[in-house]
Amino acid sequence: MMYRRYRVPNTWREVDRLQREMNRLFEDYYPARVRRAPAFPALNVWSNEDGLSITAEVPGVSPEDIDISVVGDTLTLSGERRRDELKEGARYHRQERGYGSFTRSLQLPYMVDVNKVHATFQDGVLNVELPRAEQDKPHKIAVKSA
Amino acid sequence: MAEAQTLQVEKEEIDNAEDTERTRDQACFLPRADIYEMDDQIVIVADMPGADKNSIDVTLEKNILTINAAVDPVIPQGYALQAAEYEVGDYHRTFRLSNEIDRSKIEAVVKDGVLRLYLTKAAEAKARKISVKAG
Repeated sequence: MMYRRYRVPNTWREVDRLQREMNRLFEDYYPARVRRAPAFPALNVWSNEDGLSITAEVPGVSPEDIDISVVGDTLTLSGERRRDELKEGARYHRQERGYGSFTRSLQLPYMVDVNKVHATFQDGVLNVELPRAEQDKPHKIAVKSA
Repeated sequence: MAEAQTLQVEKEEIDNAEDTERTRDQACFLPRADIYEMDDQIVIVADMPGADKNSIDVTLEKNILTINAAVDPVIPQGYALQAAEYEVGDYHRTFRLSNEIDRSKIEAVVKDGVLRLYLTKAAEAKARKISVKAG
């Protein structure tokens, strides 16, 4: 009895370890092109030396229902997607689209100039431009020869 | 009746293996759709972010309704992509319609990346209410 108790979990631990190792091996060879978004909406983050640009697909959310806020170095997108108001007697045949409210926060890599944050919305695609704060930009230091 | 659904994050990519090969070198997605029916109309609502009225193509051939959209991705000028959680691509989906649709009265409206197709039922197909008499 003691023997089994000791051996069995150990074997499983070994299988577990092997599985983890295999997963890691495969992940290295097939890196995911696109990361899985942890919450709605999925974001694409773009950058250049002057700041960030974030795009998100939020179909069916009207621009006035989207709330964008920047507090410190955290960007928060929230909003609501409403469902069609059905007339009486209407019934669904198929319902694949989700609805409801959403909130997503993102920690930015640096402070942004809150006054210059600019957002556009077209065809269900949101684009938020976040210019880096002037005082936060890296300064180039010239090296003088003595 | 489906339960209240939460917002889904991922788009469903169309598997190339089962379809004919595409000529455009872009990912292609199956737009999520709701379909509801009223007394005189059937409405198809499809999520197609990035597609505008010029890029969406709706065709009806025999009883196959095809939705196609060629999407030009929004690329912020002068920026490089750092992290991606979604891919931009075209949309394609087909529906088989029943005969009760009036083919001449199909209306398509796109707003905020959502396509709505209003299919009017043919006059003779509208629900007839039959009263049951006690015998």
